Amino acid sequence: MQNLAGSLLLNPDLRRLRWRCRRGLLELDIVLGRFVERYAGLDERQKELFDELLDLPDTTLWDMISGKTPALQDDQRALLAIINAD
Amino acid sequence: MTISKRTFDVVVVGAGGSGMRAALAMSEAGLKVAVLSKVFPTRSHTVAAQGGIAASLGNVTEDNWHWHMYDTVKGSDYLGDQDAIEFMCRAAPEVVYELEHFGMPFDRLDNGKIYQRPFGGHMQDYGKNPVQRACAAADRTGHALLHTLYQQNVKANTNFFVEWMALDLIRDEDGDVLGVTAMEIETGEVMILHARATLFATGGAGRIFSASTNAYINTGDGLGMAARAGIPLEDMEFFQFHPTGVYGAGVLITEGVRGEGGYLVNRDGERFMQRYAPNAKDLASRDVVSRAMATEIKEGRGCGPRGDHVLLKLDHLGDDVIRHRLPGIREISLKFAHVDPAQAPIPVVPTAHYMMGGIPTNYHGQVVAPYKTGPEEVVQGFYAVGECACVSVHGANRLGCNSLLDLLVFGREAARQIIEDLARNPHPKPLPPDAAERPLARLARLDTQKEGESVAEVGDAMRHVMQAHCGVFRFPDLLAEGVKQIGEVAVRARNTVIKDKSRIFNTARVEALELDNLIEVAQATMHSAAAREESRGGHARDDFPLRDDVKWLKHSLYFSAGERLDYKPVRLKPLTVESFPLKARVY
Repeated sequence: MQNLAGSLLLNPDLRRLRWRCRRGLLELDIVLGRFVERYAGLDERQKELFDELLDLPDTTLWDMISGKTPALQDDQRALLAIINAD
Repeated sequence: MTISKRTFDVVVVGAGGSGMRAALAMSEAGLKVAVLSKVFPTRSHTVAAQGGIAASLGNVTEDNWHWHMYDTVKGSDYLGDQDAIEFMCRAAPEVVYELEHFGMPFDRLDNGKIYQRPFGGHMQDYGKNPVQRACAAADRTGHALLHTLYQQNVKANTNFFVEWMALDLIRDEDGDVLGVTAMEIETGEVMILHARATLFATGGAGRIFSASTNAYINTGDGLGMAARAGIPLEDMEFFQFHPTGVYGAGVLITEGVRGEGGYLVNRDGERFMQRYAPNAKDLASRDVVSRAMATEIKEGRGCGPRGDHVLLKLDHLGDDVIRHRLPGIREISLKFAHVDPAQAPIPVVPTAHYMMGGIPTNYHGQVVAPYKTGPEEVVQGFYAVGECACVSVHGANRLGCNSLLDLLVFGREAARQIIEDLARNPHPKPLPPDAAERPLARLARLDTQKEGESVAEVGDAMRHVMQAHCGVFRFPDLLAEGVKQIGEVAVRARNTVIKDKSRIFNTARVEALELDNLIEVAQATMHSAAAREESRGGHARDDFPLRDDVKWLKHSLYFSAGERLDYKPVRLKPLTVESFPLKARVY
């Protein structure tokens, strides 16, 4: 957690992302809030994909995470698997 | 700190269903409208509403607004104001058709009319048979509503301030409201939004409890700002709870699980519902199950190190049945309780869902408070709608599908009232010299405070006190102790420290400011609950199990200053019809 606090201080993008994990659905608050702590460990492509996921409407994103409507792209599915592994 | 200032005709705080419905009407009328939202508008908590919008269209089964009104009055356990309820039920079909014209993708019948589904508590012929009254867009009515209203607002040139948090109301020496001070979350910039009308649509405050279905943004910001500005909070003891939320998370486990054979056990592994409801057992009504769970916890038979939850046992159903008949529940349990329900029971606890109380308003959305001449004097320039307001149409208990209706009807009506009021009042009153004093002092404290407890620590203490002392079923000893303890937490909340003092997206600062609001709501709820010596709707007491219309047919008003309670009568007289006489609320 120390490292995380340090990296948050340094990195405005991460701080912005952390706020954007505040959602209208509690389920997403919990799942994204957990996952964003691991954002620093993602590769560049995964970071981009995560940013794109955060732009989706809450219901669409939750349906993808919960598997009700599986994601269409392979790399999205791979990232969702990481999110779901938490 | 330098503060900029901007002037609008109207500032709306909150961009959920009610704020956006009101903003739309005002922008369309040519007013210059600013809407502040902590998150992107379509990510407001309205998105979580699935059920639908209640309106007596009569598209599927015969229906009329008077039956809807009866159901709402009865559902409210007679604490609802009958003038506001008549107004809402009569306006319901109109606001639904308006929404249809805005492009809301309602489910439809083959004949093209809006499909309506049945929903608990909505009946035909004054409580006789279920009626199909709920208008929905699949299971994402709230989502569709937000998108429809957002698009219309963009078209109407509403000014959105996204990722802005309102900090405090501005009132002058006459008590008139002249706008808000707000902070941009991205930059930490503070701005005065000077306006002739200020409309709060900030949603609920379920986050005062450790078990809550509410999103993290639901911190009662509007209620906190109103309370600090001397406005009372009405009927705050009335919260709606669901019996089975996942312990530590708040995500709901549907009652269907108990229908499939799941049952609740206490720390001794005892199936305790057999003692409370020998026939229905775990399929007893929500109230009965919630109270039984709370009693087990209170009497020391709860589970876990804090003894503060019970267990929902499904493993006897077997992995196959769980995977096939309850796949959603398996998913929720794995994700939010980290438990495979085929192997181990799910920890659950009664979970807060909806706040019936709020900022007192009349049915035009005008905030009303006791003043010289009466209990309901209009606070000039101040309006509130949606869950943060107490109109009161939900009284002591809300009917499903009436909350989305409330957003639309009173969002639209508050807009109409504001348009009318502003036509009479073309010039903004000057700002008082100390307009931003309170929020700047709050920010300065956070900037300079070196020692103290963390916001997370004090927030946890608050949520724990509320859950343990003022939950779904209330006991006199716990309430008395709760009043004392929440007062102590409130003192601690004034002494929090944030380590991160930077400006850019400082979520620690935002959370500290949110705690200031939550603690106002928590105090109001605890004090109002401890004082109300009866059981009515969402307020259930072990020592006063019955509704007491002689002593308690009245609204509570809690004043933050002096931690003082006052009361005002329920408006039993509707606008045009006869009052519904008091009856026992049985279904």
